[in-house]
Amino acid sequence: MMKGLKKWRLFSLLAVMMVFLSGCGEDYISTLKPSGQVGKEQFNLLMLATGIMTLVVVIVSVIYLLAFLKFRRSKVGENVIPKQVEGSHTLEIIWTVIPIILLLILAVPVVTATYKFADVAAMDEVDENGDKTALTVNVTAKLYWWEFEYPNQGIVTAQELVVPTGQKVYFNLKAADVKHSFWIPAIGGKMDTNVDNLNKFYLEFDKESKDLKDGVFYGKCAELCGPSHALMDFKVKALSPDAFDTWVASMKATDGKMPDKTSADLGEATFAQSCMGCHAVSGTSGPGSKGPNLTAFGDRNRVAGFLEHNEENLKAWIKDPGQFKPGNLMMNAEGTAPIYGDLTDEEIQALATYIMGLSVEK
Amino acid sequence: MDFNTKFTPHTWPDHPEQATMEGKNKVVGFWIFLACEVVLFASLFATYLALKNKGPAGMEFTTQSLFELPLAFAMTMLLLTSSLTSVYAIYHMRNFNFKAMQTWLGITVLLGLGFLGLEIYEFNHYVGLGFTFNQSAFSTSFYSLVGTHGFHVTLGLVWITTLMLRNAKRGLNLYNAPKFFVAALYWHFIDVVWVFIFTVVYLMGVIG
Amino acid sequence: MSSYTQKKGFGATVWDYITTVDHKKLAVMYLLAGTLFFAIAGFEALLMRIQLMKPNNDFISAGFFNELLTMHGTTMLFLAATPLLFAFMNMLVPLQIGARDVAFPFLNSLGFWLFFLGALFLHLSFFMGGAPDAGWTSYASLSLYSPGHGIDFYVLGLQISGAGTLISGLNFIVTIITMRAPGMTFMRMPLFTWTALVSSALILFAFPPLTIGLLMMLFDRMFGGNFFDHTMGGNTIIWEHLFWIFGHPEVYILVLPAFGLFSEIIPAFSRKRLFGYSSMVFATILIGFLGFMVWAHHMFTVGLGPTANAIFAVATMAIAVPTGMKVFNWILTIWGGSIKVTTPMLYALGFIPSFVAGGVTGVMQASAPLDYQLHDSYFIVAHFHYVIVGGIVTALFGSAHFYWPIFFNRMLNETLGKITFWVFFIGFHLTFFVQHFLGLMGMPRRVFTYMEGQGWDQFNYISTIGALMMGVGVILMVINCLMSIKGKPAGRDPWGDGRTLEWSIPQPIPFYNFRQTPLVRGLDPWWIEKQEGNKEITFAEPVGDIHMPNNSAIPFVISIGMFIAAFGALYNPDADKPWSIYVLIAGLAITFGAMIFRSVKDDHGFHLHKEEILEIEEHLYGKGGNK
Repeated sequence: MMKGLKKWRLFSLLAVMMVFLSGCGEDYISTLKPSGQVGKEQFNLLMLATGIMTLVVVIVSVIYLLAFLKFRRSKVGENVIPKQVEGSHTLEIIWTVIPIILLLILAVPVVTATYKFADVAAMDEVDENGDKTALTVNVTAKLYWWEFEYPNQGIVTAQELVVPTGQKVYFNLKAADVKHSFWIPAIGGKMDTNVDNLNKFYLEFDKESKDLKDGVFYGKCAELCGPSHALMDFKVKALSPDAFDTWVASMKATDGKMPDKTSADLGEATFAQSCMGCHAVSGTSGPGSKGPNLTAFGDRNRVAGFLEHNEENLKAWIKDPGQFKPGNLMMNAEGTAPIYGDLTDEEIQALATYIMGLSVEK
Repeated sequence: MDFNTKFTPHTWPDHPEQATMEGKNKVVGFWIFLACEVVLFASLFATYLALKNKGPAGMEFTTQSLFELPLAFAMTMLLLTSSLTSVYAIYHMRNFNFKAMQTWLGITVLLGLGFLGLEIYEFNHYVGLGFTFNQSAFSTSFYSLVGTHGFHVTLGLVWITTLMLRNAKRGLNLYNAPKFFVAALYWHFIDVVWVFIFTVVYLMGVIG
Repeated sequence: MSSYTQKKGFGATVWDYITTVDHKKLAVMYLLAGTLFFAIAGFEALLMRIQLMKPNNDFISAGFFNELLTMHGTTMLFLAATPLLFAFMNMLVPLQIGARDVAFPFLNSLGFWLFFLGALFLHLSFFMGGAPDAGWTSYASLSLYSPGHGIDFYVLGLQISGAGTLISGLNFIVTIITMRAPGMTFMRMPLFTWTALVSSALILFAFPPLTIGLLMMLFDRMFGGNFFDHTMGGNTIIWEHLFWIFGHPEVYILVLPAFGLFSEIIPAFSRKRLFGYSSMVFATILIGFLGFMVWAHHMFTVGLGPTANAIFAVATMAIAVPTGMKVFNWILTIWGGSIKVTTPMLYALGFIPSFVAGGVTGVMQASAPLDYQLHDSYFIVAHFHYVIVGGIVTALFGSAHFYWPIFFNRMLNETLGKITFWVFFIGFHLTFFVQHFLGLMGMPRRVFTYMEGQGWDQFNYISTIGALMMGVGVILMVINCLMSIKGKPAGRDPWGDGRTLEWSIPQPIPFYNFRQTPLVRGLDPWWIEKQEGNKEITFAEPVGDIHMPNNSAIPFVISIGMFIAAFGALYNPDADKPWSIYVLIAGLAITFGAMIFRSVKDDHGFHLHKEEILEIEEHLYGKGGNK
């Protein structure tokens, strides 16, 4: 019996260690280290639920182990016929009522929070000038990339969501092709982007992202959407409200920017020739383009949402995007070649330099 | 009681369909099968209600513009009457009156055929208007719901006809009595489903 | 009639199995087919785990990974767990209620062949242009977008095998309602039979929505329908609703019989009747009922609105109450008993804490706002594997050991069985315990790879090691099964602690099960007889003629017709295959032709006479008859 208990102790010690370890999840992606109000409340709910559930598991395990240790046949004797007990009403009532009470303790905050997180009434509030008071971002999920439109500011960006800290940011979520799901684990829970309807919810960003390892929070697509679902990442830059306003202004300042086919810069000319059909380089070009808006590409943290941000990766990407994100729409329908045809190495080099130079922050 | 026992109207049991173990199983099983069919049609009804009048931008077909109550009413009457005639058939089956049962089943089949003819006419008419299966979500869900019912009617007709032909020379016995009974049960079910289709699709479509 | 006692040639044996309507042979066929698909799906899981062993791995490609994850889930639920449980239901339900066969032996055979050919059809996709790749949930927008014929294989394969499951479910319900032996009242039925009944009722109500969903998908993909095409007014959320109205009860369809199996094993090896039998029955029915009220908890993040989410959250939590009742009743059955730790009991003992762990994470996910974080992350992967592996697979493994003598009149090796248990059990916890934390640390499910630097590397590595251990466990289990072929006959009630009717039958079980219909005098009838010192169950009738059904090849022909028709439907959208429509028509013609043939040709079964019975029993048990 002692041996069994020792094993059990070891096991629970391991379990505690595991919980401790998990606390060390990375603060830019872990739901266990939330940096937003919504995520924090969900974390508290997680703790409450885990507490109740651990209690249940412990109680069950203790009764169960006691029963197991006390009533082994080797102890009670080989030929003993135990009393054939039919049941017990008292016990039945006890183990019906106690779980109900435990569940009620959990259910009340659950229902409250459900309504709270769904409250997006403030989205439509306007000030005396008729301007919307809250920041709204229209998120459109497309096959393996994300478009972020700021309707009140009149700007569009992609792959890297930029938000101010300390206020509720409202999201309109929609998918352009197949269903995706919008998730920033360290900030708060996810919501699906459906093809049929607009979903709305809000998140709050409490902490600026510049102190994080990569200077960004990680965002994920959480709904299977095709071969490259695993790579449909985006990043979130949380800025102080002032820095956010500056960013909006510099995005607006790119109004009308248009690459020139006749430019002396081979990169710009190639871009105008081969890329402009799908990619814009102006922050005010409006939503709905076939490819991500590249206005702020130089400021981004990743190439294609997940590759390290350097020219080498960008060149490799342009050469064969299908190799990195299978099934992406820069490739023809058969997935054999990019839709913009083969570019020469020289053109690709120039193009990469040009695209890396697109920046609103530098 | 054996399958091959010869009966007279006096020795024929009150509930011949349940007189054997096999017959009892068949009747219980068939009721359970119908429960499953109810869920099947419920799913189709729910889908139809969700997609009613939904189509590509600018679609002009609506339930109001499309459906005509007189035709649907005629179809309802045909099917309801056929349900009644199948009750007569089973009444005579229980009374060991094979000829009368066959006659009433024959009338049931004719009424069912009339219903099917009207349904084919109706579908043909809609297709002529351009309201084809592929035209919109509305058309797809409409044809799926009403068409699945039509398919059930067809199956029922084939079933009853096969039974009548197969047993024409043999008369009633405890082996085929449950078969006639469940076929009639199936026919009633089809009828009940139609009542719902008439209400949900046609009545609520035109009036509601 | 010596034909019953002669040895048969290989061809004759195959023909016998194709045409058989004997529930015991069909049970063996379900067991073999289920094991085959379990092995395939398990292998798929191992490939996926190896791919995820380290970050940025390139062991398998993205597209193939999606095919694997789809086929793993689909196969495990529809083609492995379901048939394996059907194997036990088929074998045990008639024996437990004292029946000579199921209510519709013909439909039983039809159910098997539809399931098997549907499963075969689905698996042919690997060799015919690619397997389905939209997940076992096959959400509409992705599955309509998915190129090639993968999804078509999914739709048609599941449609056919689903029809088989539905037919079998209906058969079990009628069997349990009408075929019980004298004295076997509902409240004396073994709990496994009860769970088989409730689970079959769930099949009956849950599969039609799936059938309709699949039909819509079939129309959309193959015949130009518009159910899910939002540009034509369609709506993809309808698929999600229909799928989960089926999908959630499906979980209970599988887990209830698993509960039932443990409710047989635990009393047997505690030498004590099941504690709170009537509340166990009540809990089973309540779980089945509530199972239909909670499907939208799979859709908390879809945007149904706070009211729907709140209602479904609370309804889902309510299921924890009857489930908790069951767990406590099991523990109280052990309490005061005389526990013998055999391999089946070991699985039962491992099951209780594992399943409780899976259950409580279920309640966590029922908390809608918390689920916004947990949904579609690795947390959910951990949760449902705790329920399915910790609940259902342990039940299947444990019951395989427990009921092997009923199936094959052989025992499995106990030592190897216990080693298998520990390897598998430790591997299982290693694999899935850490996945809870992966989910909490932000890892989405169904990802074919992940980048370094997200803090997931270590746990993924541990998880893969665990999966490999589970693989070893399964191989040991199969070796044990194969070794038993050479074992000694086990004989009647080999565990010595059997309580229900199936243990009262002399081994090997004759094809008519009971020479005389037993008379049931209470719950656990065999235990009652043994306690009274009887060597034989009490009979309700003298030895007499037995009516048995004829074998038939028609179920096989009907299923083959569907199998052929499926190819026609599959290739219907391809412009370069105009022959497809004729294949479709030919297949359906075979099916309906066979059905009409069945309908027109009388099949009265046959009578086995008293002398034949005695001859058979002399052959089986030696001179002096059944002693």
